[in-house]
Amino acid sequence: MPRQDTTPVTAGGAPSTAGRPGTPDAPGAAGPGATPRPKSAPRVGRRAEGRWGWLFVSPMVIVLGLFLVLPILMALWVSLLHWDGQSNPFNGQTEFVGLDNYRALLTQDGLDRTLFATALRNNLYYVLLTVPLQTILALALALIVNQRMLRGRSILRTAFFFPSVTSSIAVSTIFLFLFQGSGAVNTALSWVGVKGPNWFNDPRGVLSLLLGGLGLVDTGHPSGVLADHSFMGLSWFEWLSGPSVAMCTIILLAVWTTSGTFMLIFLAALQDIPRELEEAAAIEGVNRRQLLRHVTLPALRPVLFLVLTLGLIATWQVFDQVYVMSQGAPGNTTLTPAFLSYSSAFGDADYGQGAAIAFILLALILAMTALQRLALRERAPRFRRSR
Amino acid sequence: MSTQNSAVRSPGRPVLGRFAPPLRILGYAAVIALGLLYVVPFVLQLVTGFKTDPDAAAHPLGLIPTTPTTAAYQRLFGLSQAGEGVPFLRWLGNSAFVAVVVTAGRVLFDSMAGYALARLRFRGRGVLFAFVLSVMAVPGVALLIPKFLVLNTFGLFDTYTGMILPLLVDAAGIFIMKQFFESIPREVEEAARVDGAGVFRIFWSVVLPMARPALLTLTVLSFQGSWNEFTHFLVATQSSRYETLTTGLARLVSGGLGGGTQYPLKLAAALLATLPVAALFFCFQRYFVQGANAGAVKE
Repeated sequence: MPRQDTTPVTAGGAPSTAGRPGTPDAPGAAGPGATPRPKSAPRVGRRAEGRWGWLFVSPMVIVLGLFLVLPILMALWVSLLHWDGQSNPFNGQTEFVGLDNYRALLTQDGLDRTLFATALRNNLYYVLLTVPLQTILALALALIVNQRMLRGRSILRTAFFFPSVTSSIAVSTIFLFLFQGSGAVNTALSWVGVKGPNWFNDPRGVLSLLLGGLGLVDTGHPSGVLADHSFMGLSWFEWLSGPSVAMCTIILLAVWTTSGTFMLIFLAALQDIPRELEEAAAIEGVNRRQLLRHVTLPALRPVLFLVLTLGLIATWQVFDQVYVMSQGAPGNTTLTPAFLSYSSAFGDADYGQGAAIAFILLALILAMTALQRLALRERAPRFRRSR
Repeated sequence: MSTQNSAVRSPGRPVLGRFAPPLRILGYAAVIALGLLYVVPFVLQLVTGFKTDPDAAAHPLGLIPTTPTTAAYQRLFGLSQAGEGVPFLRWLGNSAFVAVVVTAGRVLFDSMAGYALARLRFRGRGVLFAFVLSVMAVPGVALLIPKFLVLNTFGLFDTYTGMILPLLVDAAGIFIMKQFFESIPREVEEAARVDGAGVFRIFWSVVLPMARPALLTLTVLSFQGSWNEFTHFLVATQSSRYETLTTGLARLVSGGLGGGTQYPLKLAAALLATLPVAALFFCFQRYFVQGANAGAVKE
């Protein structure tokens, strides 16, 4: 580090030396000019510093204020309107409908609620499958790459991580190609005698397929309690039929692309485990499974929680892949709240409805983020610069 | 692979010795299979780009094109008149322009804000930092309609300004820079101050040069982020002259640009769209890794 070492004798630096109070700063303890202190010279320096501070953060304040805070407030207003995107929604001419948009989504029987419930169901299955799968896979990859005697581990790490840095649109294009009806995946499956489904055109839920295969449910004509009861406009059968085959393809894509990022987070944590801990365990005579179970995994617990919650937050936002690969089709089984919000606004010109969906989604995600931060605050925050 | 040599590499010896040879071979086979799962899709993408449409449909797994052709690439670069042209060069130009401006803006503004939040004492600093932290929690997809509203109101919809301006600052980058500036020893700045340097001088010629690793991380992440950006451009623009690689490719793939599956064309376009970030990744993988982990430490 280029330490410009201390020879402050030069240039008769009297004023600036005086302007440097060697006190440890406690921000907020004494705001500039809050409590008048007898010393005047430092305060001048401080006031200048305050001006510079605001100058330095002004681009951030302007951009984040104009394009983040203001839009949220505007959208909150629009979510209370019935606005088709034509006129200016802020001149008071647009029809004000209060909470009607939210009501149509949550409590009122109708197409809006059915669609929203469908989107929630789809995304819920997406979360339930993607989060555990990507976490387990990422952990496995990290454990592999962390094997000290494994040859080519840096090449492997690169290969595992690479999909994470590519554009979601480009990767979705590849998956569309791979999972066509007579595409690469089905060709490979036919080698082992399996006839693959027509992935992106298959709206059947995998759970109902499974139960139907076992003869437990007649999938063509679901009967009894499952068909008679409904919640938010969807029958129990529809809630419980599982992600569609098409959705499973998107889940595979998500697991494949995100596992690399989470692998790195696990890897950093693995390399932080003190070697003495493992060696001590080895001296005790533990075998590999015991070492993993009683030493490695417990040490990874905070990171595991972090990865799970990061995954939970990210998976509720799935949009790009749906846009490119299916646009909600087949049979609305890949519709997600994020995509529904977009298509209600920009497709059906119902911006009020779209904004309302966006706010429900926002509330959901913020709640999870708050939970995560709360739980992580309990633990001592450690900041690491990787390796 | 890997049958002999056990004593050569002693420094990184595993705690529990090595697996027995048969297990080891099995393990390597499994690991190689896993690695192939991550590599083969890209290989197929590369190969299919040089196939004809019927060949791609008939032999999706073929690793060698039966009749190799560069037709897809010729169409992308406007060298052939076959079929309607895909305005690929315009997409490329837009993506490059936006990504460069956004990256420059982020590197400058994020480090300024990060430095102010880490070091300068001013009223409201704590509140501002709390603001940055909460901004990081706001999910991008919930902002699609809000962003459109604000751009539409300001007359920025369907302009380069509207594409670039909202991306010029990002909270995560500010956070990374703040973390870094806090790790620089204070004495360095104090020494400069004693020498009579002002706040800006200290920032520009003392602190920033020391922040090279963090700045590189930020540059790499900003470029990757703005190059791969999709949703913002989707709601900020409408006309095809503002299409980037992501929005253009998305329209091509989801069927907006006319008939047929045209997989060689689509995959070639996707490959070219990936190349710049891929090149950056293979040169600066270290910084991508740091970025991934920086995402993990946000309090």
